[in-house]
Amino acid sequence: MSSLVVKRSVLLAKLIKHVNSEAKRLSSHFVYFPDNGKPVEGETTKMNMMQAINNAMDLTLRSDPTAVVFGEDVAFGGVFRCALGLQEKYGKDRVFNTPLCEQGIAGFGIGLATAGATAIAEIQFADYIFPAFDQLVNEAAKARYRSGGQFPCGALTVRTPCGAVGHGGLYHSQSPEAFFAHVPGLKVVVPRGPTAAKGLLLSCIREKDPCIFLEPKILYRSATEDVPVEDYTLPLGKAQVLREGDAATLVAWGTQVHVLLEVAQKAHDELGVSCEVIDLQSILPWDEETVCNSVKKTGRCLIAHEAPLTSGFGAEVAATVQEECFLHLEAPIGRVTGWDAPFPHVFEPFYLPTVSRCYDELRRLLQY
Amino acid sequence: MSKIIPSAAKLLATNTIPKSAVPIVSTSTAKYSTKKEATFEIKPYKLHKLEKGPATSVILTAEDAINIYEKLAMLRRIETSAGNLYKEKIIRGFCHLYSGQEAIAVGMRTAMRDVDSVITAYRCHGWTHLMGVDLVGVLAELTGRKSGCSRGKGGSMHLYGRNFYGGNGIVGAQVPLGAGIAFAHKYNDDGGVNFALYGDGAANQGQLFEAYNMAKLWNLPCVFVCENNGYGMGTSIERSSASTDYYSRGDFIPGIWVDGMDVLATREATQFAIDYCTSGKGPLLLEMETYRYSGHSMSDPGTSYRTRDEVQEVRQTRDPITSFKEKIITYELATPDQLKEIDTRVRKEVDEATKIAKSDSEIGPEELAADIYYNNLEPEIRGVSPDSPLQHIEVSARN
Ligand SMILES: Cc1ncc(C[n+]2csc(CCOP(=O)(O)OP(=O)(O)O)c2C)c(N)n1
Ligand SMILES: [Mg+2]
Repeated sequence: MSSLVVKRSVLLAKLIKHVNSEAKRLSSHFVYFPDNGKPVEGETTKMNMMQAINNAMDLTLRSDPTAVVFGEDVAFGGVFRCALGLQEKYGKDRVFNTPLCEQGIAGFGIGLATAGATAIAEIQFADYIFPAFDQLVNEAAKARYRSGGQFPCGALTVRTPCGAVGHGGLYHSQSPEAFFAHVPGLKVVVPRGPTAAKGLLLSCIREKDPCIFLEPKILYRSATEDVPVEDYTLPLGKAQVLREGDAATLVAWGTQVHVLLEVAQKAHDELGVSCEVIDLQSILPWDEETVCNSVKKTGRCLIAHEAPLTSGFGAEVAATVQEECFLHLEAPIGRVTGWDAPFPHVFEPFYLPTVSRCYDELRRLLQY
Repeated sequence: MSKIIPSAAKLLATNTIPKSAVPIVSTSTAKYSTKKEATFEIKPYKLHKLEKGPATSVILTAEDAINIYEKLAMLRRIETSAGNLYKEKIIRGFCHLYSGQEAIAVGMRTAMRDVDSVITAYRCHGWTHLMGVDLVGVLAELTGRKSGCSRGKGGSMHLYGRNFYGGNGIVGAQVPLGAGIAFAHKYNDDGGVNFALYGDGAANQGQLFEAYNMAKLWNLPCVFVCENNGYGMGTSIERSSASTDYYSRGDFIPGIWVDGMDVLATREATQFAIDYCTSGKGPLLLEMETYRYSGHSMSDPGTSYRTRDEVQEVRQTRDPITSFKEKIITYELATPDQLKEIDTRVRKEVDEATKIAKSDSEIGPEELAADIYYNNLEPEIRGVSPDSPLQHIEVSARN
C-alpha cells in the first residue's frame, strides 16, 4: 500500500511537470492527419473545416430552394464564420440571425422542418445546446414516432461547435455527444476534418431524421485538406478504418481520431506493432459491425473521447464489443477519456486524453 | 473648457490608457473642493405601469462624489489590466470587459445596502470588486491562480463574493436564480433585495419570462436589471428584439428606463427600487441604457457590426467617467488635483494586484478532483489513466 502511494505521488509530480510545460494557451494537444482518400473523383480545392462546412451549406442553399440557415449571429457568418457570405448570396430570408434563445431556435427549427423546409440551425457552442435539450429530446426525436409517422421533422439539422480548443474553460469546451446518443429518434454525427465534414453534413441535411452535427471547433481552422468541390455525401452510421493493423483496435471520433492516429504511429515506431484506427463518425447509430470485426481480428480495443468517462459514449462501445467479441478479447477493453469532473479552467492539458495517456493505455493492453 | 473635455475623454476612455493622470485643464487653483454638495438634474426616466418614478433632481455630496469617482476609475482600470493580461495570453478562456458600463454597477452599488444581493452574467470583474472582493481576488481569478476568489477554478466569467452570486456564463440562466435568491430574502425576512442583471441579448431568453412570472406571482423583492448596451455579441437590439423597450417587457412588472451612463441616475433608480421592493410591492424592472466600448469579448474586435465612429462618439459625448468628472469639477465638489491623486492611486493599486495575479501560482492538478461533490462517496475520481488516479478532495470549507 505504501509503495503504491509513493508511486502515485511520483506519477503526479511527473504529470504536474507535463501539465506545466503544456499549459500555454492555444497550444494544441494533437497533430492533424489530413485525409488522403477522396470520396469522389474530380476537382478539389484546399479548404479548412470551416470552409468545407460553408461549402456544404452553400451547395444546399443553391440546390434546395426550401433550405434556410439560421442561428445567433449567423447573418455575418456566426462566431466561427461557417456561414460566411451566405446571406449576401442567398438573401436575408434564407440566412438570418435569430435572437439569443436556444430553446426557441430548436423549437422554431422543428416547426419549420415539420412544415416541409430544410432547416439548418446553428447553436453557437455545444455548451449552449442545453436550453434546447428539451426541444431536441422531447419534440424533435419523438415527432415521427408519436404521430404515427405523419409529422416527422427529419429536415432539421442542428450544427454546433464542440470539444476542447486549448483554453476554452468550463463553457466553451464540452463534448455532449453521449447525451444525445441516448435519444432514439436522433442521429448524431461528429466529423474529423474538412472532407468528412462536408460529406457528412450534406448527408445529415438530406437525412430524413433530425441530426445533431457536432463540429470539433479546434479543427475549423487548423485542419486543411484538398476537398472535392462537387456535391457528395458520406453514409451515416458507417465508421471509417483509417489505418489497418492487427495488434489492437483504436476507436475515436472528432479531434480524438488524430490523437489515436499519432498513438498508432508511435506504437509502430517504438513497439513495432500495427494498430487499426477507426473513426466512428456516426455516434448514433454507430457502426458496430466495423468495430466488432476489427476487434475480432486484433483482440484488443481502446476507445478514447474527450467527454468524461462515466456514461461517455465509450461505455456503449465497450459493452457491445465485450458482448460480441468476448472470446476474441486478449485484454479488457480500455477507455481513455476526460475525467469525471467539470471541464476545467486551468487543467485542460491534464484533463484531455492526450497521446501519452492513450499510448500508456495501449501498452497496458498489449502487455496484458 | 468644453473643447478640452472631449479630447480628455478620448484619452481617458481608450482601452490602453497611456497615462492615468488625465490632464483636465481647470481654472481652479484650490487643492481641495470647497462646496459640500450640489444638485443635479437627471435625464427623464421612462415609466411602465408606474405613476411616479425616481427623483429627477438629486443631491450629490462632495464625499459621495469622491467615492463614486474612485469606484468608476477603479472599474475602468481593472478592465484595462484584464485586457492587457488577455493580450499577453495570461488569461485563458474568454474575457468580457465592462468598460463603458461602469456607471451601472457603481451607481447601483452606491445605493445598495449590506443586506442586498446581486447576480450577473459574465461582465462581472468590476461587480465582484464592488461587492467586496479585493483586487488580487479578482485579477488572480482571471489568470487562474490560487489567490483568485474561486481559486482560479472559475476564470473570468465565474467570480463570486459575499452576497454576490456570481458571474454566470450561460446567457440568461442567472435570472431565474435571481428570483430564487429574492424568495430567500423574503422567506428569511432579512429585508434584502436581489438585483438580477442581464443583457439586451439575454432579454430574449425564455427563462426570463418564467422568472418574471414567478417573481410577480409571489411578489418577490427582485429587481430585474437589463443592461442594454445596444448589442448581444454582433446583433444590434433592433435586429434581435421585437420590442426594444426592455423596461416594459416584464408586462405586469412595472419598469423604468434609466440613463445607464449617468451614475447619479442609476444610483437614484436603485434607491427607488429598494424602497419599492422593501415596501412589499413585488418585483421591478430597470432598463439601464449603456454602451460597451470593447468587442463582445477579447476575441471580438467589435468593429464588423458597428462603426468606429459610433464607438468614438459615445466615448466623447457620453462616457460615464468623463461626464461625471466634468460635473463634479464644474460644481466644485472635487478639484482636478484630487481626482488626479485618485487616478494615480487606483493605477498603482491595480498594477500591484496585477503583478501578484501574474506571479501567483496555480492550484495543483490534484484539485481537478476537488469540490465536485459535498461529500465524495468514492475516494477517487473516475477517469482513465490507471496509474495515476486522482483522489476526490475537499478544499473549500463545507457549509
Ligand atoms: C445560452 C447561451 N447562449 C449563447 C451564449 C454565447 N453568448 C455569450 S454572451 C452572448 C451575447 C449576450 O448579449 P447580452 O445579453 O446583450 O449581453 P452583453 O454581452 O451585451 O453584456 C452570447 C450569444 C451563451 N454564453 N449562453
Ligand atoms: Mg448587450
